[in-house]
Amino acid sequence: MNLPEVGTVLFYVCSVLAVFCAARVVSTRDIFHAAYYLAATLLLVAVIYLLMHAEFVAVVQVLVYVGAVAVLLAFAVMLTAKISDHRETQTNRLAVPAALAAAALFAALLKAVVGAGWEPSGAVSAQAAGSQANLQAIGMALFKDHLYPFELAGLALFTALIGAVLIARKDPE
Amino acid sequence: MDLSQSAWLIPLLPLGGFLANFLFLRGSRRGAPLLATAAVGLALVLSLGVAWSVVADPAPRECTLPWLSVTNQIFGHFTISVGTLVDPLSAMMLVVVTTVSFLVHIYSLGYMHDEKGLVRFFMYLGLFTFSMLGLVLSPGLFQMYVFWELVGLCSYLLIGFYIEKPEANQACKKAFVVNRVGDLGMFLGILFLTYYLGASDFRSLPGLLGRWPLYAPAWLPLGAVALLLFCGAVGKSAQFPLHVWLPDAMEGPTPVSALIHAATMVAAGVFMVARTYAVFDAALLSSVDAAQVVAWVGAFTSVFAATIACTQFDIKRVLAYSTLSQLGYMVLALGVGGLGVTAGAFHLFTHAFFKALLFLGAGSAIHAVHSNDLRSMGGLRRFMPVTAITFLVACLAISGIFPLAGFFSKDMIFDALRESHQTALAALAMGVAFLTAFYMFRLYFLAFEGEAPKHGHPHESPKTMTGPLVALAVLSCVAGFAGLDWNGHGFGNLIRFDRAPSLTADWSRAQALAQAHPGVQGDFRRGEAVWNAAVPAPAQGVSAAHTAPRTDSAQERESRSFKLDWAVALPATAVALAGILLAFLFYRARWIDPAKVVGALGPIHRIVYNKYYVDEAYRFLLDHGYYVISAAILWFDRHVVDGVMNGFAWLMQALGGHLRRLQNGSAQVYALGTAAGVLAVFATLWVFR
Amino acid sequence: MIPGVTLQQILAFAAALFCIGLYGALTRRNAVGVLMSLELMLNAANVNLVAFNAYLHPGALAGQTFTLFVITIAAAEATVGLALVVSIYRARRSVRLEDADLLKG
Repeated sequence: MNLPEVGTVLFYVCSVLAVFCAARVVSTRDIFHAAYYLAATLLLVAVIYLLMHAEFVAVVQVLVYVGAVAVLLAFAVMLTAKISDHRETQTNRLAVPAALAAAALFAALLKAVVGAGWEPSGAVSAQAAGSQANLQAIGMALFKDHLYPFELAGLALFTALIGAVLIARKDPE
Repeated sequence: MDLSQSAWLIPLLPLGGFLANFLFLRGSRRGAPLLATAAVGLALVLSLGVAWSVVADPAPRECTLPWLSVTNQIFGHFTISVGTLVDPLSAMMLVVVTTVSFLVHIYSLGYMHDEKGLVRFFMYLGLFTFSMLGLVLSPGLFQMYVFWELVGLCSYLLIGFYIEKPEANQACKKAFVVNRVGDLGMFLGILFLTYYLGASDFRSLPGLLGRWPLYAPAWLPLGAVALLLFCGAVGKSAQFPLHVWLPDAMEGPTPVSALIHAATMVAAGVFMVARTYAVFDAALLSSVDAAQVVAWVGAFTSVFAATIACTQFDIKRVLAYSTLSQLGYMVLALGVGGLGVTAGAFHLFTHAFFKALLFLGAGSAIHAVHSNDLRSMGGLRRFMPVTAITFLVACLAISGIFPLAGFFSKDMIFDALRESHQTALAALAMGVAFLTAFYMFRLYFLAFEGEAPKHGHPHESPKTMTGPLVALAVLSCVAGFAGLDWNGHGFGNLIRFDRAPSLTADWSRAQALAQAHPGVQGDFRRGEAVWNAAVPAPAQGVSAAHTAPRTDSAQERESRSFKLDWAVALPATAVALAGILLAFLFYRARWIDPAKVVGALGPIHRIVYNKYYVDEAYRFLLDHGYYVISAAILWFDRHVVDGVMNGFAWLMQALGGHLRRLQNGSAQVYALGTAAGVLAVFATLWVFR
Repeated sequence: MIPGVTLQQILAFAAALFCIGLYGALTRRNAVGVLMSLELMLNAANVNLVAFNAYLHPGALAGQTFTLFVITIAAAEATVGLALVVSIYRARRSVRLEDADLLKG
């Protein structure tokens, strides 16, 4: 019997763990723990990106998502949480309908995916892509084909920055 | 000169009088009446001419124009014609109508002289005469129906002539509405006949009747159609249960009562049955014996009305019930069939004269004492001898005393009853004869004999009123002799019903064809095709079941003229004399006190005096029936119609109440809604992939 | 592509993440919790993009490029969102979403 490849095993492990952590994000009573679980999920997703030979995306994921966004969320949690939050439930009264909707959506997505008939091309990306490594290829794509959206994204970030500062600052007395 | 081709002129003369009065002579209180009278007089002359030519040659003659042409998928091409049909029956009616109308016109010149609406009166009289003449000359059912309604309209106008009198207003509406009820049945009958036989004129209908089992649907026996037609006669000729309008119709002026509600319009029902008698006769072969129903309705009405007439004190009411009773006689005779058809028509003929005379004489008496009530009359013979004598003549005539007209016609009716072996009906008829004599002489004795009224000085009426009285009295004496044989030109030879010789054979053949071709019944076109295609069966003996009783096949060609049969005449005369004697004892000789008899009879008398409470019964039924219907409709309106409206409002409110909860300001609820929407899109796409 | 793993499996994994995130977005009382769930959903979309890229068009990098943009914008969105949360917290002393119902009709 063929031993399964490392990548396969790793994928399965990471995906199951990621789903588990995501479930804990949305169900845990302690908002701090939710932040930690979120970070864990994001890390695991980064691993999966690596497995798919999207190295740069994985790194960016870790840097930005885990390093910045998750931390930011943690900050916000600390700024706004109360001690008493531990005790009461964090789930509102829409639990059942939302669960139903989520389950239905999952089923629909599965159905859409399973019967779609996509044919994987079979080639492993790194070799088929050409001579360049992933990072270089993305750099070329960003600055050549997608320069415009790139600049706009920067602008968006800039706007968000200013906006956030404006929104979050205390009103001058 | 064959006057029958110009018979169409006869109705147009009084119509012309009406139009001339209506358009030009409204203000002329002298000219308008004279013009109307002259028009009718001219019509009378023409009618006599037509009658003379008919006596000479009794074959029916038609003079028509096409009126309504219908093309439909059932009959193909079907035409209703208008015009005139001159045969002995219509000629007889022409003479009766024009004579009585003319005499009433002359009478009215005097009687209505001081009335406010004099010109209007003569206009309506002319219109009525036109309508009645058009009716009797009709060659077909539709024209007859048109004039039937016109006559009803004129009756309405004339009963309600005293427009300021509320009782008159009520009475004319009642007459019209009750007539309408009967007319509905009649129109249905006309429609059925026309639809299933493909013809509506009187000359072709008898020949087609034999095919009824083939042409008509199985659920519609010919007898039922005959009874529907009879409904019209029940309404127009005031038979029970639609008799209620006739006594109230006495609210109209007396000449109107004489003309319309005694002699002519009420006779229209009898005329119609006689005209369409072939239908009633053929109905004997169907499952519904219409003729028997007719006979019993007539007999019942006759007895019913005669009993009421014995109790009334209003002179016109007594005469009205008397008319009802005599009409019942005519209807009874028609129902009996055979000789009875001739007898009924003959009685119509004689009755017109003496009943008109009775009414006009009553009018004379009313004119003298200014009241309708018998109790304020008495001993009038001394003051108005002409009126009294002519009235007496009429009473004798209606009682059936030889040799006056009533004797001959009543005797013929009894003859017909005897021939038909219907003893129950004959007994009833005898009883009615007794009662008739009784109440008529009661009337005479109370009004014209005895003590004079205390106040007022009654005097004889002017010549313009007594002239017609005398003329009618003469007619009441001699009219009966028309029934004699007269060398084959007597009444009985000319006006008779003879069954079409092929009727029974056609009927059996039609029945056989209907059984052989199931599904043809009710479809005229297919029925006609089947009839024409079928080879006539070789003449076999017609089974006894199809031979209707009352076919006097043995006597078919025998004369129907009046024959004096002592076995009939003696009992009839005896009965009449007994009635007269009883009235004499009660009211003239005062041997028996009528008040005591009334007291003895007590509640019976009260019931009869109140006309057996028929009007009250109708009122009750209509009031409560209407109330029930109204209540039902109210319930429907309140609960269903309003309910739907209110239901909508409630629905909107409920929906709104529930939908309001969606907008609760919670963003997560909105997001859930969005997710649900996405799922809905998925589902839709999946279902309609 | 990952050997031994079909495209459908990765897509299923992403769908699971997405649905969990959806559930969280609808049910969490805490506003920050909702934002966390939103990040989960965005991540799921990113996984999809990268998976499609890796399996169907390995040569083109459109998927990964798109993913970068998504991450960028997600970061911006998280920033602004949290600024809002903080601001609301300051005003009402509560981050519970049930209390933010001023738009209730």
